[in-house]
Amino acid sequence: MGFFERLKEGLTKTRKDFIEKVESIFIGRKIDEETLEELEEILITSDIGTKATAEIMTVIQEKVNKGEVRDADSVKELLKKEMIAILGHSQPLVVYGNRPFVILAVGVNGVGKTTTIGKLASRFQSQGFSVLLAAGDTFRAAGIEQLEIWAKRAGTQLVKHQHGSDPSAVAFDAIAAAKKRGIDVVIVDTAGRLHTKSNLMEELRKVRRTIGKAMPEAPHEILLVIDATTGQNAIRQAELFNEAIGITGIALTKLDGTAKGGIVFAIRKILGIPVRLIGVGEGIDDLRDFDPKEFVEALFS
Amino acid sequence: MFESLTEKLESIFKRLKGKGLLKEEDVELALKEIRLALLEADVNFKVVKDFIQKIKEKAIGKEILESLTPGQQVIKIVNEELCELLGKTNSKIQLSPNPPTIIMMVGLHGSGKTTTSAKLARLFKKEGRRPLLVAADLQRPAAIDQLIILGSQIDVPVYHSKEANNPINLCNESLKKAKIDARDIVILDTAGRLHIDDSLMTELKKIKENVSPKEVMLVVDAMTGQDSVNIAKNFEEQIGIDGIILTKMDGDARGGAALSMRAITGKPIKFIGVGEKIEMLESFYPERIASRILGMGDVLSFIEKAQKSFDQKEAEKLQKAIIDESFTFDDLKSQLKKVRNMGPIENILGMIPGFNKIKNLDIDEREFVKVEAIINSMTKKEKKDHNIINGSRRRRIATGSGTTVADVNRVIKQYVELKKMLKMFKGKKMVKLPKFLPF
Repeated sequence: MGFFERLKEGLTKTRKDFIEKVESIFIGRKIDEETLEELEEILITSDIGTKATAEIMTVIQEKVNKGEVRDADSVKELLKKEMIAILGHSQPLVVYGNRPFVILAVGVNGVGKTTTIGKLASRFQSQGFSVLLAAGDTFRAAGIEQLEIWAKRAGTQLVKHQHGSDPSAVAFDAIAAAKKRGIDVVIVDTAGRLHTKSNLMEELRKVRRTIGKAMPEAPHEILLVIDATTGQNAIRQAELFNEAIGITGIALTKLDGTAKGGIVFAIRKILGIPVRLIGVGEGIDDLRDFDPKEFVEALFS
Repeated sequence: MFESLTEKLESIFKRLKGKGLLKEEDVELALKEIRLALLEADVNFKVVKDFIQKIKEKAIGKEILESLTPGQQVIKIVNEELCELLGKTNSKIQLSPNPPTIIMMVGLHGSGKTTTSAKLARLFKKEGRRPLLVAADLQRPAAIDQLIILGSQIDVPVYHSKEANNPINLCNESLKKAKIDARDIVILDTAGRLHIDDSLMTELKKIKENVSPKEVMLVVDAMTGQDSVNIAKNFEEQIGIDGIILTKMDGDARGGAALSMRAITGKPIKFIGVGEKIEMLESFYPERIASRILGMGDVLSFIEKAQKSFDQKEAEKLQKAIIDESFTFDDLKSQLKKVRNMGPIENILGMIPGFNKIKNLDIDEREFVKVEAIINSMTKKEKKDHNIINGSRRRRIATGSGTTVADVNRVIKQYVELKKMLKMFKGKKMVKLPKFLPF
């Protein structure tokens, strides 16, 4: 099964729902005010957000007014085009530069950071990279243990301190160990934190600074993990995490449910941060590169 | 929590206030804005539609058109409808007449079931009950460890088995254990699952059939978007839920999911999680949240918290200190400590009317630590009489507390101002509630 099929499979429920709705509107109908309003509602219920929806709708409205689109099919094509345009080019997560390549994973509580790291580690391992995980979630009860289990599953190395210790120190030691052992990729886990807690965001800044001290060009990637079930608050999350430590990519998790993950459109639009990875299941292999075109195609196919 | 929605509605009503009598198109405009605000707050679009329809019917009546203060009227109607939508009363957890009362926690991955289970157990223990936590999440790595650690923090036993692979059997076994140990509350922490995962939903159904829980609580992340409706509907239809617990309410999510799920399932929201710490679980008061949405502040919660933190004796002592004009740095320190005991300062301030309007209210908790350190570095004499704190004493205090002279100066200045303020209270009749410090 190729990527496209698997992505489609992961998105089946999403797609079916979405397409049924879109088609139920367009089949056998002319494009009128009501049609466009219904289309707007579909976009909104996908968590695309009122602003991004308004923008897409404005473009479509203009083309309809100019008579450039008349039938259902061309509106669908236009919608697709607009949505792909918002998401921009595909920018997958690639390992580059001096070794180790350091990834810092951050996000609010319960989005699936540790699980995503576990899957990502297994993926890098299977690509032939050696991986070391840094157990930086020293706050949550059993946060370290959870990562430890993933490290075993993926067959990677692990650097950990005690519960309650300084996550910056864990990150520093992990990078030092990776340098010594000639490891290719270091993934630093962090405790989930709400973006509104200034002291916890300050702690994150310190982790980032410390990583820079251990290795000047690191972290190469600062990955914000976002739960696809999240509504408009995901924009605030992206904004505040970005302000604090500069986000370079997003991993969108839990796309195998009925949530549409439409918030990525707004995040891309407002902050220009690309989505790099999507999580489409609980298995260790259920992490995929995000491809805007395929993502939108899979929604509409 | 709902700050941003509040701001939006307020700006709409401000415009309405400016106009005398309300025309139908004004109402339409306001409704359009309310609709957008609610959608941005993640209230499900169907719920929004119904809500707007109701408001419209009530607003474009004679009542509102003939009213002299249409803005107030609309606020009143919106408030009433919000309360209606959120449910009118605060419903508590039902206890079973034949103990143990079994509470089953269900929800998606990462919604906060394990943490909330422990928080609930702590609440029951505080009431003098004997809860038992059951680690029935056999899926997520280290979930059992997490519950064991949380259980030991609150001194509540955790029934678990690392060899178990069938949560149904485990739950059955845990009940036997509860009976032997005379536990009167059993909280089952089940694994997170997708509401469309048939096999896992069937498993949940079987657990429910086996243990017949008194309460099935759906744990939902307050940041949930439009999908909240699907989640609530599926859990309600397939498992049957008795209540909802909203977690992560201490963030800035507008929490529209609360409105949506309540409207779709008709099931009450019983608790809200307001922090990572184990004591941060609060009852859900619909009218408080509704008035909060409308910018009236959550005064009730604030007063309740204050009453919990300040006991009567302390209050009288403070009152005396104010009357005698003997309010010292030590008094200041103990007051600060009490304010901090009420919870994270941003949560507290958010409840006060007006404060929630200040954007990006960034209160550094460490400021409190600093003030405390400065006071701790003072001598007994200095604490009683700030006038003797000269330049060299200030330098010593700064060094001793690891702060700067400027910090020390600021604290002394604030203390003097506070003393002046307290003096003004002296003549007046004291309010029952101690006044809070203007930091």
